[in-house]
Amino acid sequence: MTPELGQLALILALLLALAQGVLPLIGAWRGNRALMATARPAAAGQAVFVAIAFGILVWAFLHFDFSVRYVADNSNLELPWYYRIAAVWGAHEGSLLLWILILNVWTVALAAFSQKLPEVFAARVLAVMGLVAVGFLTFILFTSDPFGRLLPMPGDGADLNPVLQDPGMTFHPPVLYMGYVGFSVAFAFSIAGLLGGEMEQAWVRWARPWTNAAWGFLTAGIVAGSWWAYAELGWGGWWFWDPVENASFMPWLVGLALIHAQAVTEKRGSLRAWTILLSIFAFSLSLLGTFLVRSGVLTSVHAFASDPRRGIFILAFLTIVVGGSLLLYALRAPKVAGGKPFNVVSRETVLLIGNLLFAVASAMVLLGTLFPLIGDALNLGKISVGPPYFGFLFPLLMLPVVVLMPFGPYLRWGKGEAAPLKGLLLRITIAAVACAIIAAFFVDGQLKAIVGVAAGVWIAAGTLLFAYKRWREAPRGRRYPAELAGMLLAHLGMAVFVMGVLLSETLSVTSDVRMAPGQTQHIGGYDFRFDGAHRTTGPNWTADQGIVVVTRNGNKVGTMLPQKRTYLRGQVQTESAIDAGFSRDLYVALGEPMDAGNIQGAWSLRLYYKPFIRWIWGGGLLMMVGGFTAAADKRFRIKRGVDEVARTDGLLAQETRA
Amino acid sequence: MLFGTRDRRSALARDALALPPLTRASRASALLRLLLVAMVVFAGVAHSQAIQPLPFKNRAEKVRFQHLTSQLRCLVCQNETIADSNAELARDLRLDVFQQMQQGRSDKQIKQYLVARYSDFVLYDPPLQADTLLLWFGPLLILLAGAAVVVIAIRRRSRDAGTTAQVPAGQAPTDNEDDW
Amino acid sequence: MSRLLPLFGFLLLVGLFGFGIWWNTQHDQNEVPSPLINKPAPAFVLPLLDDPTRTVSKASLLGKPYLLNVFASWCFACGEEHPTLMAEGSQLGVMLLGYDYKDAPDDAKNWLREHGNPYRMVVADRPGRTAIDFGVYGAPESFLIDAKGVIRYKHIGPITPEVITKELKPAIAALQKESP
Repeated sequence: MTPELGQLALILALLLALAQGVLPLIGAWRGNRALMATARPAAAGQAVFVAIAFGILVWAFLHFDFSVRYVADNSNLELPWYYRIAAVWGAHEGSLLLWILILNVWTVALAAFSQKLPEVFAARVLAVMGLVAVGFLTFILFTSDPFGRLLPMPGDGADLNPVLQDPGMTFHPPVLYMGYVGFSVAFAFSIAGLLGGEMEQAWVRWARPWTNAAWGFLTAGIVAGSWWAYAELGWGGWWFWDPVENASFMPWLVGLALIHAQAVTEKRGSLRAWTILLSIFAFSLSLLGTFLVRSGVLTSVHAFASDPRRGIFILAFLTIVVGGSLLLYALRAPKVAGGKPFNVVSRETVLLIGNLLFAVASAMVLLGTLFPLIGDALNLGKISVGPPYFGFLFPLLMLPVVVLMPFGPYLRWGKGEAAPLKGLLLRITIAAVACAIIAAFFVDGQLKAIVGVAAGVWIAAGTLLFAYKRWREAPRGRRYPAELAGMLLAHLGMAVFVMGVLLSETLSVTSDVRMAPGQTQHIGGYDFRFDGAHRTTGPNWTADQGIVVVTRNGNKVGTMLPQKRTYLRGQVQTESAIDAGFSRDLYVALGEPMDAGNIQGAWSLRLYYKPFIRWIWGGGLLMMVGGFTAAADKRFRIKRGVDEVARTDGLLAQETRA
Repeated sequence: MLFGTRDRRSALARDALALPPLTRASRASALLRLLLVAMVVFAGVAHSQAIQPLPFKNRAEKVRFQHLTSQLRCLVCQNETIADSNAELARDLRLDVFQQMQQGRSDKQIKQYLVARYSDFVLYDPPLQADTLLLWFGPLLILLAGAAVVVIAIRRRSRDAGTTAQVPAGQAPTDNEDDW
Repeated sequence: MSRLLPLFGFLLLVGLFGFGIWWNTQHDQNEVPSPLINKPAPAFVLPLLDDPTRTVSKASLLGKPYLLNVFASWCFACGEEHPTLMAEGSQLGVMLLGYDYKDAPDDAKNWLREHGNPYRMVVADRPGRTAIDFGVYGAPESFLIDAKGVIRYKHIGPITPEVITKELKPAIAALQKESP
């Protein structure tokens, strides 16, 4: 199958995206139902052609078509088929194709599930999605075509970066993109809302499941990335505040604020302007992330090779999309504070405070990430910003959030009652302090670990107490609507996460050791016996593999096989051995043989004991489940009745008159 | 998206070796190529490891070393600490830090020593000085500005709320589907 | 009015990014400016590559400016830079001091034999300790040191004819104007 067909498919997709982006908007403006009706077919058509293009690229990888430069650069004859598929999104051009494919996945889902939305509104939403697609397809076709040929065709390709040859890498980009790109839906809803002058008061409710789902995916994507970095990059780290990690974390934080803001606006009608602004910010940060990684503006372990031309293109795209939407916001956002008012003591207030902190945290991450660039611009010299900056300010900003979290559900909308709060405060304080005291004995009095336990218990106790209260007070069958259940799961996830982070950071033990075969090291209560190393091979690598037998108090815990792999093109990769557990990970990395020629002799190794580190990702996954659960609430499904149809026609009439 | 590697060498080596001869192309891309190639060099050809057993006297010393080296940037793999970096330079610097610790130097002195040679950039923690004021206090300013906005919004809303009817105390919470 | 704030903030950001893209085309992002410019070079004592029993010290070089060029046989970019040094090194007006960085002596000697030797003398720093004092973090790097032993200019990366014309020669001329 010739790659040029892939290019053709993309061109056709671009044309359809143009139709999808422009015609329905004109239709909505002019009240022309025929034009509005082009939205869904155009979206379907675009999706088909993007899928074809993607399929052709996958086919090229699977069939070793090295006449395609992208395939030759990222795979070779020995690369296993599953990594050849993952190689499709292993570098810049292919990852953009994945981006547009996923945009189409969301668009098709939107087209399918929006049948019951008022026609004008749906047309606008799909049109906005189409315009975003136009931007990306243009970018791909003009600067990042994955189908470019490499002639004469080489006999064999280069290689997929060995660091990417890992199951985590297969998951992480698609799931992450589902999140990033998913925020485009909330964005499209907001723009459609602004364009329509917010005739549809209920649009926030329609946007909620899409936003919750996107946030769930983004959470999963970030968790997958963190887990993969831990397993693949060695040295036991799970978060580095690297610019590209930050690029995914900022939309996550703003998305979190958005979820809560949407809840307020949907139920109470208030804070509408904030909700719109947050949805613009969330998607803007997704686009910004795309820009940062590909423009070369920042150094990062993750960054794609930089190309100023690409950088300028994305910047222009960013300016049009974000600038345009912010201008639209300035002109059309609700100016009068609407919806139900609320007291100082109310759920709205704590949610506002929480959202403020999430937004400031995101701004802080942005500031820190961009500061080296600001330093260059203002000629301040080369400024270094790293984990000490982010790792200090972020927990500080999140502390009030942690403190307030248990109170949110207990506070009523509009006017909260103080009495139940006092009872809650007493109970969770007792729980947190009691657990902290117990923990103090186990953790050698280390303050950070104790705080971690206290914070986790504080949140968990508050959440569980609310669940219990709900069980007692609510009628059967309506105790835990999906939205509420999702909230409980996500908040519990946060508790688990906080404990995991603080405990593993404080209690981890690392040692670089020299071990001859037969020697044993004692780390974190476990005995690691090194039984020497030998040669072994894989599909596209050879390795020195060490054998480490782990026992605890004489009982065998496991055998770990750390490897040092040499891939076909000479790249060396350390494959650490991990013994995973609910309450701890054991981690062994192979260093160098003490005597360079003799791999059977002594080696240097790095041994880790990492307690509670799985809780970090476990907490994240709970949050993800919470997000998806909340998205599934029946209440968000649109019921379209006869009066809605009438309303739409009335709306059209109104708008065309205006 | 993720492409690069902790050991940039392998990725960049591929780019470097695949370069066409210098006869064609514009100045800019030639310069870029040279810089890419220079970066290959900077990573070092010999594959070193971050794993470096050192004879610590006791656990406290080991923890201090790990803590200190995780605050220092590797100049070669610039997004890694010298604790984590595989580069030769990181290896040399770790040894240097270890030896200085053995000589009884304090963390502050060791950091000063490295800053004198490699500039502030070698510290992961941006020192609080005139050119980083915006960095350290920026978030606080944003927080204060945001807090002001939030307070104004709450005040305005609660003034409106004051005029609506109060919920009688003691009434059981209504189980309206929308309102939990 | 306040509704326009987000837009203005965003446009500021766009300006910053535009600057960033431009800046990147002019500079190597990985370059770390040296804190040793206009400071005395570290006192060093290093053996000659050809005759390790004889050493060269900073003191012995005082009185005349020289260009200290850090290179190594394992350094790909040094190979790119070398022809320029061979061609123009003697016309710079200062002595060329080769600094063999973290290299096996035999490898270095073979490399010089193969690529040519533009240096008046070559010192060897196999362990790389002295290089840390110079703030070296890769090869090639070049230091222009004046007659009083003060580092006046540092270039990171290969020396190209353009660098010689635009930066090195003017720097050398400035030195010569001070002390003719």
